[in-house]
Amino acid sequence: MATALKPGARFKSAVCETQVMVVKAPAGEHDLRCGGAEMIAPTATGAGEPDPAFVGETLIGKRYVNADESLELLCTKGGKGSLSLGSTPLEVKQAKQLPSSD
Amino acid sequence: MNISTILDMAAEAFGDRTAVVSGEFAYTYAELREAACRAAARFRASGAQYVGLLDVNSPAAPISIFGAAYAGLPYVPLNYRLTRPELNELIERVAPVVLVVGDEFVSLVEPREGVELLLRSELLALPPLAADAEPPQPDEDPRAVAVQLFTSGTTGKPKAAILRHENLMSYIVGTVEFGAAEENDAIVVTVPPYHVAGISAVLSSTYACRRMVQLENFEARAWLEACRAHEVSNAFLVPTMLQRVVDHLLEEDADAALPALRAIAYGGGKMPLSTIEQAMRLFPGVDFTNAYGLTETSSTIAVLGPDDHRAAAASDDPRVRRRLASVGRPAAVEIQIRDEDGRVLGPEEAGLVFVRGPQVSGEYLSLGSQLDAEGWFPTKDRGYLDDEGYLFLEGRADDVIVRGGENISPGEIEDVLLSHPAVADVACVAMPDEQWGEAVAAAVVLKDGARVEPEELQALVRSQLRSSRVPQAIVFKDALPYNETGKVLRRLIRQEFAERAAA
Repeated sequence: MATALKPGARFKSAVCETQVMVVKAPAGEHDLRCGGAEMIAPTATGAGEPDPAFVGETLIGKRYVNADESLELLCTKGGKGSLSLGSTPLEVKQAKQLPSSD
Repeated sequence: MNISTILDMAAEAFGDRTAVVSGEFAYTYAELREAACRAAARFRASGAQYVGLLDVNSPAAPISIFGAAYAGLPYVPLNYRLTRPELNELIERVAPVVLVVGDEFVSLVEPREGVELLLRSELLALPPLAADAEPPQPDEDPRAVAVQLFTSGTTGKPKAAILRHENLMSYIVGTVEFGAAEENDAIVVTVPPYHVAGISAVLSSTYACRRMVQLENFEARAWLEACRAHEVSNAFLVPTMLQRVVDHLLEEDADAALPALRAIAYGGGKMPLSTIEQAMRLFPGVDFTNAYGLTETSSTIAVLGPDDHRAAAASDDPRVRRRLASVGRPAAVEIQIRDEDGRVLGPEEAGLVFVRGPQVSGEYLSLGSQLDAEGWFPTKDRGYLDDEGYLFLEGRADDVIVRGGENISPGEIEDVLLSHPAVADVACVAMPDEQWGEAVAAAVVLKDGARVEPEELQALVRSQLRSSRVPQAIVFKDALPYNETGKVLRRLIRQEFAERAAA
């Protein structure tokens, strides 16, 4: 099953502690997963264990993107499952360090 | 999407780290979150539509910003320097409101229906929530209003600029790296809580997980003492504050050594070239960053970084050297220069500055969005870009002097006059002129004990700029009128010259 990813929308993993917020996403529906399981609404209750093929820590404060960076998620809570679109893993976006302005 | 996520993340990842230090108070990020959740419950129970703040810098500011966000209410910090009638008019505009008020400001507020006062001391002493209390589930609507700021209203009734959760969140995620601060880093916050820079200081510091050291009011000696006592690594200052620090150090021959200080960011008004050059000499090891932004853009939109400062200061190429007077390059936005007819201009062509990006709200309550069909916001600042995209500002569009059809920016004349050794401060404005429509007038403040004839200053401008730039009238004053964040009040100076011309 797939979900529309609106900027600002939040999801949590069904199988670990991970939570994300959508920074940007292409229109249409996407199969967003964490730990190999479809991500769920922040208030929903999950169950089960991460798929061992999709274990690898997702880190708080890191941004995760697809290959062309049209999709970008911010991890707002870390967990042991890894993020993927379908079975394609998302990658950590390299930080562009701006000088602190405030 | 809700800016309370910023505090959730800091408390989750760095809960034991000190978040804010203010006088005798200190909160860790976990404690700040706890205090904001208690505040949210209190705000919700009040039934108010807004959370107001009437106070100097104190822990009540970050608690109220995040508490309002958890409660799903817009946060409205108010300027405690307004007159009593001005202030109460603004309070009426946000009723029903729960107003967090510094104990010393209570007498400013006229009692009225729909205004519930919550003393700062009460906010800081709210009892813990019941163990079985529901954790806050803030509204996730990205379009909800997070902050409402009243503009200074120099041209009329104050306008209510609104910043939505999506604007502020885009700004923070686009310009700050989460948890970027080192364990012992600290920023000293001296901008007042009702200024957009005061809001972004709280949000940026929290997202970077940086300790905030609050000063109630700015004073050069107290600022230097706070930097030493708290081993401050970062500071944000408006230009007048930096000038006062520089003056204090030079006049008192005081010790400029601040071993922990690594970075000073400045913004909020035009920085005189002489001030930044002096500051760079006094603090050779410090990284300077110029940040240009507006209330309506969730603060910073262009940044002149430390490397830019050093490259400009060290360069013999005048085109690189002059960048010290620029506000740098666009941060997480696009910037465009247009002429009066809306035509997009090229490098070195001066016109009106437009900005576009997700952090740009460009929106006022009741007036609605000021963005054009393509999402561009008119800043009403004038300026130009150089061929590498550095933005040079020439002042507010309203401040341009139009002499015989020629647009003259006050800034370039002021820079020349400030280079005279006798001149401490200067503002150039338009004065009515029969022949040219408008002419250049200059209000000049001399350094203590210095003297100079107006003719000498006029000759200086004539030698460096075109003759049309030469001030036709020069008056000497003891001081120029400034607002509290360092913007010179040109309107008052213009009025004075207009009255002289009419007399």
